Amino acid sequence: MDFLYNFFISPFVQIADAPLFFVEVLTGGLLSGVMYSLVALGFVLIFKASGVFNFAQGAMVLFAALFFAGFMDKGVPWWGSLILTIGVMVLLAMAIERIVLRPLVNQPHIILFMATIGVTYFLDGFGQTIWGSSVRVLDIGLPQTPLEIGGVLVNKFDIIAAVVAGSLVAALALFFQKTRIGRALRAVADDHQAALSVGIPLKTIWAIVWTVAGLVGLVAGVMWGSKLGVQFSLAMVALKALPVLILGGFTSVPGAIIGGLIIGAGEKIAEVYWADAIGGGIEDWFAYMLALMFLLFRPQGLFGDKIIERV
Amino acid sequence: MSQATLHAVQPASSPAAAEPILRVNNIEVIYDHVILVLKGVSLAVPEGGIVALLGANGAGKTTTLKAISNLLRAERGEVTKGTIDYNGRSIQDLTPNDLVKMGVVQVMEGRHCFGHLTVEENLLTGAYTRGDGAAAVKRDLEKVYEYFPRLKVRRSSQAGYTSGGEQQMVAIGRALMTKPKVILLDEPSMGLAPQLVEEIFEIVKQLNQKEGVSFLLAEQNTTIALKYATFGYILENGRVVMEGEAQRLMENDDVKEFYLGLAAEGRKSFKDVKHYRRRKRWL
Repeated sequence: MDFLYNFFISPFVQIADAPLFFVEVLTGGLLSGVMYSLVALGFVLIFKASGVFNFAQGAMVLFAALFFAGFMDKGVPWWGSLILTIGVMVLLAMAIERIVLRPLVNQPHIILFMATIGVTYFLDGFGQTIWGSSVRVLDIGLPQTPLEIGGVLVNKFDIIAAVVAGSLVAALALFFQKTRIGRALRAVADDHQAALSVGIPLKTIWAIVWTVAGLVGLVAGVMWGSKLGVQFSLAMVALKALPVLILGGFTSVPGAIIGGLIIGAGEKIAEVYWADAIGGGIEDWFAYMLALMFLLFRPQGLFGDKIIERV
Repeated sequence: MSQATLHAVQPASSPAAAEPILRVNNIEVIYDHVILVLKGVSLAVPEGGIVALLGANGAGKTTTLKAISNLLRAERGEVTKGTIDYNGRSIQDLTPNDLVKMGVVQVMEGRHCFGHLTVEENLLTGAYTRGDGAAAVKRDLEKVYEYFPRLKVRRSSQAGYTSGGEQQMVAIGRALMTKPKVILLDEPSMGLAPQLVEEIFEIVKQLNQKEGVSFLLAEQNTTIALKYATFGYILENGRVVMEGEAQRLMENDDVKEFYLGLAAEGRKSFKDVKHYRRRKRWL
């Protein structure tokens, strides 16, 4: 009886008692969800354009953050480090296309997926060989102080992250839907061979898409890096992006955002209000649980492309 | 056999006389370094012609087309002997991207539309290689809609949800958007109702006459292919075993027997046919 009361009644009583606190938890959750979305975006981009699940996205986030923080430690100003790191990510994308993807054209997706696992280990190792494995503090001057909006405390840093993520998504959506290259990217995702046959150069397209994913990884890396410090565990953030993807759908940019928001808000609320009923630490597994439910009932996610099959 | 006579009259009627836009010279194709698929195929497509490439499953039709459009490399195939010339220039080492820019485009067997893109987006992907501005692309899009009015109606539906005939139209329309001079059309009749097949071929003919596009057409449906083509090649086991003007091929007894299903002396009993089939054909 106690359990049922704690599970079904008490959380809502608490919410009704202190609505302002609930709003605070909710905004906090939503804003941290944005951070998950940033990582998930990189996955979506590569999956959309090549049908490959890029296991290395998390490693790319770490890799970009390592280089960015490394350059800053060497005394390069933040904008200089940004430009240098963008250069590194472009080179990386071209190298991956040349060395890993090109020899594997037209192989089954699972083989490409395996190849990205290899890329993951390479990036983890290579990044840390150059910059070392100690934790670096990344400070790009973003304020960490809380801000009070209408009685609700919000972290300034989280707001900036949300704005960055929002503009990134808007730009990407425009790029995919409206531009010639964006259309070609989606075409390649649907059918490599047909894309080749109308003269879309796969090499260029793949290099472009890995570059874009690398840049998204860079943004995610800088944001997460300044939040948690640049260290190996940054690559693990990618694991949280998986449930986000399952929720939002692997092929949807807006899906990645909304999935991130739901998971961010969901786990915070569950942690705060349901801890009495099921014990603490909900935050750690809530996302995966939710993903599991989605896999059972709506495997393409909220916004993912339905698998079109003609009979 | 009549092969000798056909070859004897060939020089006069051969498309080679009219300086072909596309010439394949004795090519050999090997997949995965071991599987020999084409064993010396030669053919020519005259400018403004429709040439049919006929033969049964596995004869090498698709491989021939892919060798020309160079989609072969993506399937681990390789042209190991012979030459392929387009407008007198060797094109073997060019990428599909270069070839499309030059005006050679392949419409693949089984349509291969981009299922999640709308019909219109599918068509627009064909304009990827073009650098002649949005206005020209728009004009060509309207032109494609004139040839395929049905696509205009369905322009905003996802191609994956359109019918087989519509998908074939999308595939051809998409190729048209590249501003091609030669279209390599692979098995356009596959899986379509006879009436639709007729419709598609009628459009091919119009494109050929009005837009001056040359076609190299791989088909199993010999009857219809020979009806619309001017010249035909018959492939068997990776070799050209017979070639000639479409009319001539249609009248040839062996072609009638093997590909058109018409026997010289009316219907045969099943037993006879089996016996006859077991004999070697032209090889």
